[in-house]
Amino acid sequence: MLKKISSIPFKGTPEQKAKLDAVIAECKDDKSQLMHVMQEAQGIYGYLPREVQVMIAEGMDVPLEKVYGVATFYAQFSLSPKGEYDISVCLGTACYVKGSQQILDKISEVLGIEAGECTDDGKFSLEACRCIGACGLAPVFTINGEVYGKVTADDIPGILAKYMDA
Amino acid sequence: MYRAHVLVCGGTGCTSSHSGELIDALNENIKLKGLEEEVQVVRTGCFGLCALGPIMIVYPEGCFYSEVKVEDIPEIVEEHLLKGRIVKRLLYSETVTEEAVKPLNETNFYKKQHRVALRNCGVINPENIEEYIAYDGYRGLAKALTEMTPDEVIQTVIDSGLRGRGGGGFPTGKKWSFTAANKADQKYVVCNADEGDPGAFMDRSVLEGDPHCLVEAMTICGYATGATEGYVYVRAEYPIAVERLQKAIDDAREYGLLGKNIFNSGFDFDLFIRLGAGAFVCGEETALMTSIEGNRGEPRPRPPYPAVKGLFGKPTTENNVETFANIPQIILHGAEFFNSMGTETSKGTKVFALGGKINNTGLVEVPMGTTLREIVEDIGGGIPNGKKFKAAQTGGPSGGCLPADLLDIKIDYDNLVAKGAMMGSGGLIVMDEDDCMVDIAKFFLEFTVDESCGKCTPCRVGTRRLLEILEKITSGKGTMEDLDRMEKLCNYIKENSLCGLGQTAPNPVLSTYQRFKDEYIAHVVDKKCPAGVCKDLVSFSIDKDKCIGCGICAKNCPVEAITRTDYIAPGHKLASFTIDTDKCVKCGVCIGNCKPKAINK
Repeated sequence: MLKKISSIPFKGTPEQKAKLDAVIAECKDDKSQLMHVMQEAQGIYGYLPREVQVMIAEGMDVPLEKVYGVATFYAQFSLSPKGEYDISVCLGTACYVKGSQQILDKISEVLGIEAGECTDDGKFSLEACRCIGACGLAPVFTINGEVYGKVTADDIPGILAKYMDA
Repeated sequence: MYRAHVLVCGGTGCTSSHSGELIDALNENIKLKGLEEEVQVVRTGCFGLCALGPIMIVYPEGCFYSEVKVEDIPEIVEEHLLKGRIVKRLLYSETVTEEAVKPLNETNFYKKQHRVALRNCGVINPENIEEYIAYDGYRGLAKALTEMTPDEVIQTVIDSGLRGRGGGGFPTGKKWSFTAANKADQKYVVCNADEGDPGAFMDRSVLEGDPHCLVEAMTICGYATGATEGYVYVRAEYPIAVERLQKAIDDAREYGLLGKNIFNSGFDFDLFIRLGAGAFVCGEETALMTSIEGNRGEPRPRPPYPAVKGLFGKPTTENNVETFANIPQIILHGAEFFNSMGTETSKGTKVFALGGKINNTGLVEVPMGTTLREIVEDIGGGIPNGKKFKAAQTGGPSGGCLPADLLDIKIDYDNLVAKGAMMGSGGLIVMDEDDCMVDIAKFFLEFTVDESCGKCTPCRVGTRRLLEILEKITSGKGTMEDLDRMEKLCNYIKENSLCGLGQTAPNPVLSTYQRFKDEYIAHVVDKKCPAGVCKDLVSFSIDKDKCIGCGICAKNCPVEAITRTDYIAPGHKLASFTIDTDKCVKCGVCIGNCKPKAINK
């Protein structure tokens, strides 16, 4: 999957850097912990911009190329920031046969962004994911981890409106 | 001692429908009535019947309350827990009879099930090691360590006939014996909990509902193969599972069930969790190990097999969660306990994740050899909305589909492969007449194109070219030659790809093409999608004699493609409408809104 790389300037804080440094200090003797460090870094910064990848590469003493390689290989790592409300639509098989593609299309239409993008005001980001394991509720999507199950395309504007005004 | 127990499902499905809030409300109301010494609320793993979540069971009566809301809790506490009067309106309808409440295991959903791997899910509190121990937990490990030699353990697993539940179906005991035969200063046990098949969630349920079972099984495997360290590779998308497994590992260490000199046998073993980051190819064992080492999860050619050179270059045994979940029972009760169930070549039980167009979505565990019809019609409760069964898809993006004329097939590894499908990890997605099989094949191909790691050309380039052919077909531009090319390309990818992902990627295409050739031909020759799914091949029209002229369709049409004609049908007052197919974007809004069902596609 091609990843979208953000052009938004990096706005890391010293507190965030201190947190990441602590994680790196704990793991730097074990190179197999690279993914763990990157997962923690994404938890701290919300995404993995070049600046953060450089910090990890230097801290873990691995080539930047390797950090970038791992970041682009796994679906979980994001190279662009997430919106305040991160929407994830499940396109697993169970959800797909119950019409989750229409759910994704509808959200995309309402917000005016494609999967993998973030709205200009930074409020919403949208992505498609593979199975969150709530197949009994298909079709499902999540907003910041909150699960909406058994939804139809007609429910979408109402659900999103709650967040737009928030 | 408590006089009543309330078991609330804390699996991902029910947690998503707010079972956590139910637990809070229960505890609050129980306290309000002063019952906290008498009633205990337990958060368990998955009960399996996810379609009816959130679910709770009240013991000793065994009342199965389904689709419970927070507002219902005061009534349950007041009526049932305080006054002993069952709240009938909230009971799962199948358990209600005239005179009494029917036990859950007599309902259609549970009657034909036989739970081995899932035996503790929905029964014990997964975060309490003592409950696991009370249910025979760690007795298998104790038996292995104190009464059996490693060779005897392996022989028991071989005799049980257990085969890998992750997809391939390789005999588990044999796999263990290969690692055991290799001498090395360090060996590893790896558990694949990266459940990548979208639509399968049995591994997650075991991790969430019975995590100690995995800890016990991996320790037994370590003892049998001579490994002292184990890694569990779990999807990061399963936060509840990760949390409970971590707690299980910590508790086991505290109880001396992990660590040095377990059961005073001199055997040391410890376990660690590694989080995956969302890559389907990491379900392939060599890719998974590469990923644990901190790299891009690309597979490598075998041999050398992991039993010789696996994780960190050391001999390694890799099994998936469901495979391991069977081990403690096999060791404790002996090989016959397990091999008395199932078919000639496939022993024991198998867990299936039932999903798609089926009434009882959820997790079911049945003996091998159960027919597809029993699973779909009896346990699954059939297809919703009176639609017709079209096919069941097994094995996810690596598998194939079983059409209606194969409903009576006895499900086991070899029967499925013989019919062009495969067991895979046990995802079983049911499709009805509204699903287009070409579109489904395209859906799976999009998945494999996305997930191909790119290392070998047949998979990286081949699957993309294959997807392009399918896109051509579903957009109405396909030719009969394309179908031939498609078939050839499928076989080429199968034969030449490096790992299991590529070797099985064409299966959904080949299988749908074999079983539903007429649908492919309808797309190519008649330029029609019989199920009405492929938008480019669908055109909308209004039956002018059915149209009552209300105009709701025209009002809702986003592109103003619907206009009024001057034709008034006999018996109607208003003139009918018509659709301009050049303007129509085929969104389907009009169909959904048309009361007299006058719009066809």
